[in-house]
Amino acid sequence: MGGQEQSSDPAIIRVENLEHSYGNFKAVDGISFSVKKGEIFSFLGPNGAGKSTAINVLITLLALQKGKASVAGYDVTRDPQKVRESIGIVFQDITLDRDMTVREILEFHGRLYNMPREERNKRIDELLLLVQLEAKRNERTKNLSGGMKRRLEIARGLMTRPKVLFLDEPTIGLDPQTRMRMWEYIKGVNNEGTTIFLTTHYMDEADQLSDRISIIDQGKIVISGTSWELKNTLGRDLIYLETNNNEAAIRLLKDLPSVRDVKTKTKGFVLMVNEDGTKVLPIVIDTLRNAGIDSLTINLKKPSMDDVFIFYTGKDLRDEPTGKAAFLTMRPGGR
Amino acid sequence: MSYGFATIYWRDMIRFVRFKTLLVSSLLQPALWLAFFGIAMSSSFDSLMAGMPVLPGVHTVGYLTFMGAGIIAMTTLFTSLFGGIVILFDKNWGLMREILASPMNRNHIIFGIGLSGVTKSFIQAIIIMVFGILIGTAFFSGFTAVQVIIGVVGILAFVGMFALGFLFLSAAIAISMESPEGLQGVTTLLTMPIFFASNALYPTDSFPEILKIISVYNPMTLLITGIRYFAIGPDFIALGKYYQYTPADILMSYLGLVVFTALMFVLAWWRFKKAVVT
Repeated sequence: MGGQEQSSDPAIIRVENLEHSYGNFKAVDGISFSVKKGEIFSFLGPNGAGKSTAINVLITLLALQKGKASVAGYDVTRDPQKVRESIGIVFQDITLDRDMTVREILEFHGRLYNMPREERNKRIDELLLLVQLEAKRNERTKNLSGGMKRRLEIARGLMTRPKVLFLDEPTIGLDPQTRMRMWEYIKGVNNEGTTIFLTTHYMDEADQLSDRISIIDQGKIVISGTSWELKNTLGRDLIYLETNNNEAAIRLLKDLPSVRDVKTKTKGFVLMVNEDGTKVLPIVIDTLRNAGIDSLTINLKKPSMDDVFIFYTGKDLRDEPTGKAAFLTMRPGGR
Repeated sequence: MSYGFATIYWRDMIRFVRFKTLLVSSLLQPALWLAFFGIAMSSSFDSLMAGMPVLPGVHTVGYLTFMGAGIIAMTTLFTSLFGGIVILFDKNWGLMREILASPMNRNHIIFGIGLSGVTKSFIQAIIIMVFGILIGTAFFSGFTAVQVIIGVVGILAFVGMFALGFLFLSAAIAISMESPEGLQGVTTLLTMPIFFASNALYPTDSFPEILKIISVYNPMTLLITGIRYFAIGPDFIALGKYYQYTPADILMSYLGLVVFTALMFVLAWWRFKKAVVT
């Protein structure tokens, strides 16, 4: 399965057995992963999973407690200055001074990183064009819309031409259209060669934006891989069934050759199948009928990122934007 | 990396100028102190002192002039002790993370905030001097033009060193605190003894022994001594007491402030080094 790095590619972020505790609470509980140069890598997890803690260690805002971490070839403990010079950051919540103008925000950042004036001004012009804020150059940030603020923060993160851009929940609180526009910007930035490390609790964001995803829950990485690989772990199709005797039905069906796994749900159960579901479904129905079991509800679908997430974490996400009930919802801890 | 403090200074001055209410109130407040408290107190003190004998050859100054120096010091104290609050706001609004995650040395934050605070205190001190002279404070009376310039520079040197010390202290408290209320509580607690155990409003001679010792080493007293020396002169009578300062006294006072400020910097440096803001 995915997750193991292809060793020929140099890793720009490398984390080994990272642990971080607040008092007795282990926020990050021994995670290891690596991010390849030039890719978009996502940490997908519910609120409180340890995503922000991990990112804060990588960007040197939190001291590393246990394990090893390097960014852009520099160890976060030994060379924090070098790490800082190599990265750009967009924080989870808006961190713009309300009374500074768009241009001043970028100028301040460039000066913090000791960029020479000429280079700074040139970069500001470039970035304002890139994030389409040229017209707002002298506007104070309090007068910008949520999407504009985020774009400005992305521009700020790119000000110093970082090797890695960290985005902590970049589209939190934005409307769907603005989110899609943000994704376009992020992809554009990535296409220019910047490696992107992203944390999100939005399934669609991780799914559509990232080259690789690590699902993180309760401080641990539960699975890593490409979106396609993750979905494939659930089988090729999912068949949801409610019958008048679920227990008997499960006993019968779990031994069918194409059925990989069965998950019980509140009123029915889900078959994860290795073959084309439309071919498996008639067999399932025949098997049940021959045993005298009546099917009440049948549904067939492809596994989505939501299904993957819920399967591996046992959780539905509270802030899931679409609000639609995920197909594979099951009791916490179920697997 | 050596100009990082200028970046912090630049940003803090932008904020100072743009927060119109803060700007106006911080400039108006010292003038109001002088106008109301000063005039009210001086009219009653001066009438009490009216019958006091006058030393020949030494000039006697009214209470308004005496406490004018105290008002400059008080304003500097309040402004500086409160100056660190921008750090707390930056911390609470997440803005500090951008700075702490940058390669800039954290000492530059302390110096940048210190310098912008000193600038604000200079503006306030000058306003008080000008306004004070307008309403009858006898600052620089009988001075030649050169003496006036030396006087102003001397006052600003004292005000600047004192302000820097208390800004460092304020920054150290602010970076260690969670809420503005906490900072306000601590600063109010500090203001009382510093202000009242000093020679700002009255002579310290008749203080009880312990209070007298405190007042001698109080940075506030050191500052006010310097201001009076440069604004009124080396010897004068106020509130029936004869004041006389030698240049050595003034130098010692200034060195006292330098030591205080250096200690406060070490405190701030230590707090900032330990600060974790996420």
